[in-house]
Amino acid sequence: MTAEVAPAVSGAVSTEIVLEADGLTKHFPISKPFSRDKKAVRAVEGVSLQLRRGSVTALVGESGSGKSTVARLLAQLYPLTSGEIRLHGENVAVQKGLTRGRKFRAYCRRVQMIFQDPFASLNPVHTIRYHLTRALTIHGNRGDDLESSLADLLTRVHLTPAERYLDRYPHELSGGQRQRVAIARALAASPEVLLADEPVSMLDVSIRLGVLNLLRDLKERLHLSILYITHDIASARYFADETVVMYAGQVVEGGESETVTQKAAHPYTQLLIESAPDPDRPAVEEKDGGAGEPPSLIAPPPGCRFHPRCPFAMDVCRTEVPPRFELGDGHFAACWLYREEAS
Amino acid sequence: MKERILEVRGLNVDYGLGPESVRAVRDVDLTLHRGEVLGLAGESGSGKSTLAYGMTRLLPPPGIVAGGEVIYTLDDGSTVDLLRIRDADLRRLRWSEIAIVFQGAINSLNPVQRISTQLVDVLKAHSARSTPKARQDRARELLGLVGIASDRLHSYPHQLSGGMRQRVMIAMALALEPRVVIMDEPTTALDVVVQRQILRTLVELRERLGFSVVFITHDLSLLVEFSDRIAIMYAGQVVEEATSADLYRTPLHPYSDGLLHSFPALKGPRRELSGIAGSPPDLRSMPGGCPFHPRCGRAMDVCATRTPVLGQSTAGRSVACWLHPVSVG
Repeated sequence: MTAEVAPAVSGAVSTEIVLEADGLTKHFPISKPFSRDKKAVRAVEGVSLQLRRGSVTALVGESGSGKSTVARLLAQLYPLTSGEIRLHGENVAVQKGLTRGRKFRAYCRRVQMIFQDPFASLNPVHTIRYHLTRALTIHGNRGDDLESSLADLLTRVHLTPAERYLDRYPHELSGGQRQRVAIARALAASPEVLLADEPVSMLDVSIRLGVLNLLRDLKERLHLSILYITHDIASARYFADETVVMYAGQVVEGGESETVTQKAAHPYTQLLIESAPDPDRPAVEEKDGGAGEPPSLIAPPPGCRFHPRCPFAMDVCRTEVPPRFELGDGHFAACWLYREEAS
Repeated sequence: MKERILEVRGLNVDYGLGPESVRAVRDVDLTLHRGEVLGLAGESGSGKSTLAYGMTRLLPPPGIVAGGEVIYTLDDGSTVDLLRIRDADLRRLRWSEIAIVFQGAINSLNPVQRISTQLVDVLKAHSARSTPKARQDRARELLGLVGIASDRLHSYPHQLSGGMRQRVMIAMALALEPRVVIMDEPTTALDVVVQRQILRTLVELRERLGFSVVFITHDLSLLVEFSDRIAIMYAGQVVEEATSADLYRTPLHPYSDGLLHSFPALKGPRRELSGIAGSPPDLRSMPGGCPFHPRCGRAMDVCATRTPVLGQSTAGRSVACWLHPVSVG
């Protein structure tokens, strides 16, 4: 049997927005207690994105670009500094206080997260049965027949026969199987949204495709909306319907995956695509782009955060933050180069 | 053909002794020529790192080199077997002839020592007669070589970014102008942009200084672009060896083919992706015959019973697969 991933059908994106982030901002304070200068790591700044029913949205960026922070904000694992999270148009940002517990649980039931490292996200001293039973019980999906619910979950993630896996411990499973258990656990809550934070980057190349394939299959069968966080823009092209690119805590470009990867508008996206390994490229290419490194997020550069590395930087880039310029068909870029085209 | 610099013959590496032992590297033959980048690819657990450590005698217990030869050709044309020479001789060869950039180099720097101290330390150990001033200058020069400003010389590792630390590790490996550099997943923890910068630096340096590189990674797409020849490892064995262009265009072994079709391409038409079903075998209970046959889509009866050996196939390429029988003679 070979695992096959059919290319995403572009254009057939449903329009029903399930989860929407509007101007998400997260600052992590780093100043010492009682000190006067209030410093903060501006990890995420004004990020807006939409997750649609039955579609995969990829969030692409290098490490430290704030993509995982966005996932954690969406899962409400961190409180927001500012911004809004809307589930079916309803503001659901959970605040601190007495009602937090219940509200948070209700939210969790609908928005589940899958973590990067399946070695760390499963408890090594408990069996798979324990992990899944707990998830089913907590989220009230235990049903009349626990055994059949468990078998059903494992079948959904293609771990069959279920009896073979239920009483195993995480260390007895391979990385790919563990990640499948983590996905099954997320599905136990029967969520509407899955936030997958680099779900395959810890797995071997040959296993990755199987897990991505599974997620795609779930998307289609259960009409889940999936946020796929990755640093591999090539996998976003294959797996995601829409792609959003982040740089230094801000969204720089977004649109349909095929458009973003084939007609990248923002200079950063272009750099990212050029840097991806490409076997078809002649061994030595002379183009010398991409010098430098992402900026410090404690004191980010004024204006566009990419301007110190950008080969096309203009004066306006150094002083003013570029807004989103629409480029048609939902494709947008936050870059001053597109000012004229948009207006 | 180009001059051979390092030749591995029939290398076997075990973990543990006696009946409990596991053979992690099995009968590996590998040749590295002067000035060449040899890529070593495979999944985790395929024995790539074990092979690299085994051939340099750096394998920590319970790893044991169970047999084979590693022939290193010195500058004057004489050869030594790295597995059999005395420890003192080996110590002289290490770093000055063969240097290693370790996996997770980010964590291999000493966090409480300045970069300068760590760079100078190597120079001091191997050329004791140089003056402190000369060593400082050389350290500065080395940082320049990998594109780090010399005012970073007195930084601590935590003050540098991941990419810079990786560059420092490369600078350190090149400190004594080795003729062979073994890089074990040198860029795995880094971003694509930084990865490309570092590899570009490496390619430039290789052209300038003329060393050979053994490049170990699981990212085959990267290898196809950056190496001259590629050896694919599976379950401790080299299953195919070819020039990068040949391997990319016409992979002969079904496993190489599977690996090549496991990563999506960014450009060109969207191709259908066919990964590799199943998972790598457990080295404690290896399947009989070809170790890949339980996962192979083109397995035949013979694959389950007889182990194919790596050799010149009828197509003139090195592959261990019954689909491409070895030409005898």
